[in-house]
Amino acid sequence: MRSKPPFHASPSPRDNMLLQTPAQRQALLDRSKTVAMVGASPNPLRPSYTVFSYLRTQGRFALSPINPTVREIDGVTAYPSLTEYAAEHGAPDIVDVFRRPTEVLELTREAIAVGAKAIWFQYGVINDEAIALADNAGLDVVVDRCLKVESARFNGGLSTTGLNSGLISSRKRSSAKP
Amino acid sequence: MQDRQFGFATRAIHAGTPPDPVTGSRVMPLYQTAAYVFGSTEQAAELFQLRSYGHIYTRISNPTVAAFEERMASLEGGLGAVAFSSGLAAQLAVVLSLAQNGDHIVSSQNVYGGTVTQFTVLLKRLGIETAFAPVEDYAGIANAITPKTQLLFAETIGNPGGTIADLERLAEIAHKANIPLVVDNTFASPYLCRPIEHGADLVVHSATKFISGHGTVIGGVLIESGKFPWHNGRFPLLSDPSPGYHNKVFTETFGEFAFLMRARAEILRDVGSQMAPMDAWLLLLGLETLAIRMQAHVRNGKAIAEFLSNRPEVEWVSYPGFATDAQHALVQKYLPRGAGSIFTFGIRGGRDAGRCFIDALELWSHLANVGDTKSLVIHPASTTHSQLNDEEMRKAGVAPESIRLSVGLEDVDDLIWDLDNALKAAVPREPVTAR
Repeated sequence: MRSKPPFHASPSPRDNMLLQTPAQRQALLDRSKTVAMVGASPNPLRPSYTVFSYLRTQGRFALSPINPTVREIDGVTAYPSLTEYAAEHGAPDIVDVFRRPTEVLELTREAIAVGAKAIWFQYGVINDEAIALADNAGLDVVVDRCLKVESARFNGGLSTTGLNSGLISSRKRSSAKP
Repeated sequence: MQDRQFGFATRAIHAGTPPDPVTGSRVMPLYQTAAYVFGSTEQAAELFQLRSYGHIYTRISNPTVAAFEERMASLEGGLGAVAFSSGLAAQLAVVLSLAQNGDHIVSSQNVYGGTVTQFTVLLKRLGIETAFAPVEDYAGIANAITPKTQLLFAETIGNPGGTIADLERLAEIAHKANIPLVVDNTFASPYLCRPIEHGADLVVHSATKFISGHGTVIGGVLIESGKFPWHNGRFPLLSDPSPGYHNKVFTETFGEFAFLMRARAEILRDVGSQMAPMDAWLLLLGLETLAIRMQAHVRNGKAIAEFLSNRPEVEWVSYPGFATDAQHALVQKYLPRGAGSIFTFGIRGGRDAGRCFIDALELWSHLANVGDTKSLVIHPASTTHSQLNDEEMRKAGVAPESIRLSVGLEDVDDLIWDLDNALKAAVPREPVTAR
């Protein structure tokens, strides 16, 4: 039915190499401090800007756009490449990828080369070769998920909008900014 | 957190309502407020541009209502939900999210009379045409779909005739035509059936019924599966730039959330048919006992149906839960935990005997609602379906002698005592032989 089934809805052999469960993704977000967003756009109509703007105003991560066509987005310095980002900031905890699936292989090699700890492929960015490459290099890999949505899932944001966070708990959590 | 798939009863009690992070309140607080203070002008702008999560104005979202929505999404196995002021408002929002002037929808004809009227009168006035076909006429349904058809609509258990929809077959027809299957699951509740598991793309409810369970609230909700490809070219309202929202392309900006975001940010926002926070609070309370209430409803419903089927005053009982019922295979497939507790029967002596029967009841409440702890009774031909002409009524499965019961949770012996007295009062002792 669906032209592109959601990756998380179609169990396959590659599932075991991905961070497929909410707890795994939450743990990744909890231990991460720096995010390099490859393909972040300054155009407010682009999904990447929505994610960038959300994460920036949350103040949740030290966020850097990776985009050779801009110098900054909303006052945040952009870098032309992951390599140039890493030269200044060191290895990013997460490389968040907004690129066509056919254009991510070289980028994945670069992420591995700069020592990125995790690579996060946004909705629709599915490239089996890149996934296997990153996994073999020991990176944590998330596929066909949105960094904004997953952040919001664990900080209560999704729940403010009637979305199914999948979270059940009777523990009192500290107040989080949605 | 742990990666556990919690069961239905657990989710009915917990989903959407973790302890309040500020006060520790274990019960979801009632956020009885119209609006919400912004943290800064920047935060306000982010909220209005739909880039951030949070509340602006209770017409669009409210924390108590959101908790109800999340719980319903969890129980139906959906991506998310949007609550409305009534079931009719929820289904209207589904139509308005997908169809506009010049478009077309296809509906089962075995549906609630108010739905038929909404489709044939209100939607027609808005330029949206509806084609009806019997829910089991698969060729008729497939043939009714035109290039302008935007959705296929059916009820899990038809009101009031009790026709069971073959959801998987309907989903196949809809998906072949690249349109979503929309299922009104009111009479089953997610405890008895979860249409998304059988291929439905959208589920709507009158939350007034089993979800409230206590007859306290008018409310509705839509739940989306998150699996339908809204970018398939057939839904420009979702995949073209939206003049109502900064020219955002909902399918591009929100991905799998496109439908839910548009239903809330444009339809709910612009129609103003939001659920009241107090109503959501009562619905959350009702949902906590949904599983055990439905078990008891099914048990009592079966006992009453069996009682009636053995009475000489009763011409017929249309209860899909009977093993001998023509729809039994569908019940076993889609409603393995029971066929609910709402059904019709025909009393010997037709319309007049029916009127006499209802007037003689002491414990059963004569009113226009179903899915209450209290047992309810009504004569559809003169009430819920009275806007329909005879032909429409017949198509909807309503006979002049039909009496609809919604079996509640009282002691079943008391319910039977009352029915026994009313049957005796309404129909002469000696069965009429020549009719």
